[in-house]
Amino acid sequence: MPLGKFLSPQFGIWQNAEQSDNDFSCDFKVEGLNGKAEVILDERLVPHIFADDDGDASFVQGYLHAKFRLWQMEFQTHAAAGRVSEIIGEKALSYDRTKRRLGMVFAAENMLKAVEANPNTKKIIDAYTAGVNAYIRSLKESQLPIEYKLLNYKPEPWTNLKSALFIKQMTETLAGAADDLPFTNAKSFFSDEELKVLFPQVPDSLSPIVPKGTVFPTPSIIPKKPADADSVYLGKKDTTQNQLVDLYQPDANNGSNNWAVAGSKTKSGAPILCNDPHLELSFPSIWYEMQITTSTMNAYGVSFPGIPGIVIGFNDSVAFGFTNSQRDVRDYYEIKFRDDSRQQYWFDSAWKDAAMRPETIKIKGKANYIDTIAYTVFGPVMYDKSFPADTISFKEKNLAVRWSAHDPSNELLMWYYLDRAKNFDDYHNAIQYFTCPSQNMVFASKRGEIAIWQQGRMPALWDRQGLYVMPGHDSDYMWQGYIPMEENPHVVNPVSGYVSSANQRPADSAYPYFIPGKYDLYRGYAINHRLDSLQQITPRDMMNLHNENYNSFAQMMRPVLFKYLDESKLSAEEKKMADLVRNWNLKNDFDEKGATIYQSWFDSLEVLVWKDGLSKVRNFFPSERTLVEALLRDSAFRYIDDINTPEKETIYDVVTLALKRATPELLDEDKNDRLAWGKHKNTTIYHLLRTSAMPFARASLHIGGGQHIVNATQHSHGPSWKMIVHLTDKIEAYGVYPGGQSGNPGSKYYDSFVDHWAAGKYYEIWFMHTGDKLDKKAKWKMTFDKI
Amino acid sequence: MKFLVATILTALLSLIAGIFIPLWWFFAIVALLVALLIHQRSGKAFFAGFLGLFILWLALVVWMDGSNDGVLSVKIASLLPLGGSKAALIFVTALIAGLIAGFAALSGSYLRSSNTKK
Repeated sequence: MPLGKFLSPQFGIWQNAEQSDNDFSCDFKVEGLNGKAEVILDERLVPHIFADDDGDASFVQGYLHAKFRLWQMEFQTHAAAGRVSEIIGEKALSYDRTKRRLGMVFAAENMLKAVEANPNTKKIIDAYTAGVNAYIRSLKESQLPIEYKLLNYKPEPWTNLKSALFIKQMTETLAGAADDLPFTNAKSFFSDEELKVLFPQVPDSLSPIVPKGTVFPTPSIIPKKPADADSVYLGKKDTTQNQLVDLYQPDANNGSNNWAVAGSKTKSGAPILCNDPHLELSFPSIWYEMQITTSTMNAYGVSFPGIPGIVIGFNDSVAFGFTNSQRDVRDYYEIKFRDDSRQQYWFDSAWKDAAMRPETIKIKGKANYIDTIAYTVFGPVMYDKSFPADTISFKEKNLAVRWSAHDPSNELLMWYYLDRAKNFDDYHNAIQYFTCPSQNMVFASKRGEIAIWQQGRMPALWDRQGLYVMPGHDSDYMWQGYIPMEENPHVVNPVSGYVSSANQRPADSAYPYFIPGKYDLYRGYAINHRLDSLQQITPRDMMNLHNENYNSFAQMMRPVLFKYLDESKLSAEEKKMADLVRNWNLKNDFDEKGATIYQSWFDSLEVLVWKDGLSKVRNFFPSERTLVEALLRDSAFRYIDDINTPEKETIYDVVTLALKRATPELLDEDKNDRLAWGKHKNTTIYHLLRTSAMPFARASLHIGGGQHIVNATQHSHGPSWKMIVHLTDKIEAYGVYPGGQSGNPGSKYYDSFVDHWAAGKYYEIWFMHTGDKLDKKAKWKMTFDKI
Repeated sequence: MKFLVATILTALLSLIAGIFIPLWWFFAIVALLVALLIHQRSGKAFFAGFLGLFILWLALVVWMDGSNDGVLSVKIASLLPLGGSKAALIFVTALIAGLIAGFAALSGSYLRSSNTKK
């Protein structure tokens, strides 16, 4: 955009400078409504929609999402569809091709068919799209969100497909992770037995979602391991030394906490439900807080700009929340094509036709790029000669991806029923419709029921199936069936009086299915430990637990460090570092220097233990808990020795050396006043345009917490919405998220919740009823009427 | 007197045009037309156009920034190479409009001169 236009008071960015006393009230006459709708905006700019008709409420939700968050909705769905090159040019081509080749648009199309086949969700999504478009149509160029002005483009009409794309983008974030390629690389150097030790399925200190000792019923599906699996799949030591790499893997820290405590453990006798989903922290926030009241529902919570409904929240009778299951639902198969045309591949002893799907990628300032992708019985061939997974030696491998997200599903139907649920049976009915990304769905009702269910459509796998790239020529290696919902891990009204999840493995080894995944360990351990001991619980106790900075990982590991530290070998400065860790209160509070030193010491130890033996394998590092548990079990753990030196290093040597190695950088940080944990991690909420829009970010936030800690706030990742719902007669609820209701950097509502969030405070939620419209908290009113 | 009328007319008509005509640069046409209509020597015409738009944009932006409590201007002044100074941003904004309108008026003045000579 020319600078003159960009700075024009009547057309450019000054138009986005929202008046601090802006009046949001207005009356609209719009096409597409069945009746009337009314929106009360409260002092935090949270809208409370009142409409008789479900469709009208959805229309207004779409309108409000667009009014306050249009740019992010479009940008995120463009990203999901592999269309970023249209906006920023050729530098995004590889990103776009990754999305296309993963089959993101294919997945969204499959989902949309299912959504539109159901009359309830069809009505909702059609109305939502109409609402978004009503806003886009009313928008003058001068009123475009500021990002459009910066990047010089305009919004296009919204479609139902874009809502499906939004869900697929979340699905990739939460269920798109796969270790198959690095594991396959590792097979060149390690046996399956060795890899079992480096990547154990069940950690020793696991505190699972389904309590240990639970007896599981006999599985209804017993997947059959292919006859040649031991020789050609598991046993085979691959000599090719692959260097396969998955591009754009989701952040391993995506996770969440949720729990519900029963009336038996609360002071009031009513259940309390809590949830805090951990995602990349961004401006504008991924969440938009709102309430929707119609003749069939009255739900409050957070919504995703991009889809209709309340996603995490509560209604008059129940509350619900989610954490990610972390289950692995993405596998790779190696495909042999007949020739370079890729139109036929070898499958069950015959040449089989692949479906060829051309994807046209528009590139700003350049000709279109057409990427034709072969689809097999498994799914799209993501990596092939034209898009190699191995960008080091370029050894050709055709890899098809089998991903649950490609299967037809109607996730919106779950929210349709959940937003309207009255009791456990309604919840149980609602969640069956959720396929992917599988979630730990926590529930509590006014009746006193509490439950958690790991729900989604997950394959029943034979032992070790899908950990490595599988042969793609043999149907015996395909997924053979799905675990029935009743056999998914769940807990309903337990005697312990609570249910919880924090991305840990859902059950111990007694669970009859093989369930690989990228699980966390320590947050679940800490939460269950605390909930076990708490009684007479109040919402205040739950806030304290959300904000808990106690580091269980360090609690387990610190004694190991000091047991083996040889202090006689330390300099005065190294000794000082050790003392700071020794005297540390094990809390990752903002000012704690011990937390920073502990983490650097541990990181340095990890490198010493693993680097020599594992460096040949790309992107391959056992998790932190594996090292902790290995050292707790065995001080002579075989990887301690540095294989590049003639001496045999002992655990004393490596623990001591790790501290020595970490010290210079720590001293440097101390000199620059960056050693305190909060300063070291420097919690920052970036704008979606990341470092190119730093003035739109908020950096150096005063907040503690971190990885493996209940308060999971890291550098730019953490609790993206914190909610506490006390299911008393008149519901008492609290919520806060790191952002603000407006996506406009020129609005004071852009970041209005950030400081409150960083301080660990909450807003008391105003759960409105129709009679409250004259309350003084009702600050503005919008009305919608059909033309 | 002519100078003052030209300045005020350029500013006023540009403001109105900005409300009804969706072209950000239309004030250049306005400045040119005003210079054609109210003939002045080239230097005076330039300054009338310059001043008209400099003052118009300055006034608009100062008012908009004030009612926004400076929430946006500080961010934009950091995004552009202006060291986060909103005063600099406001000045640059007004200067751009002033220069464009000044040169448009200058063209108008030359156009009128060349026409009269014929």
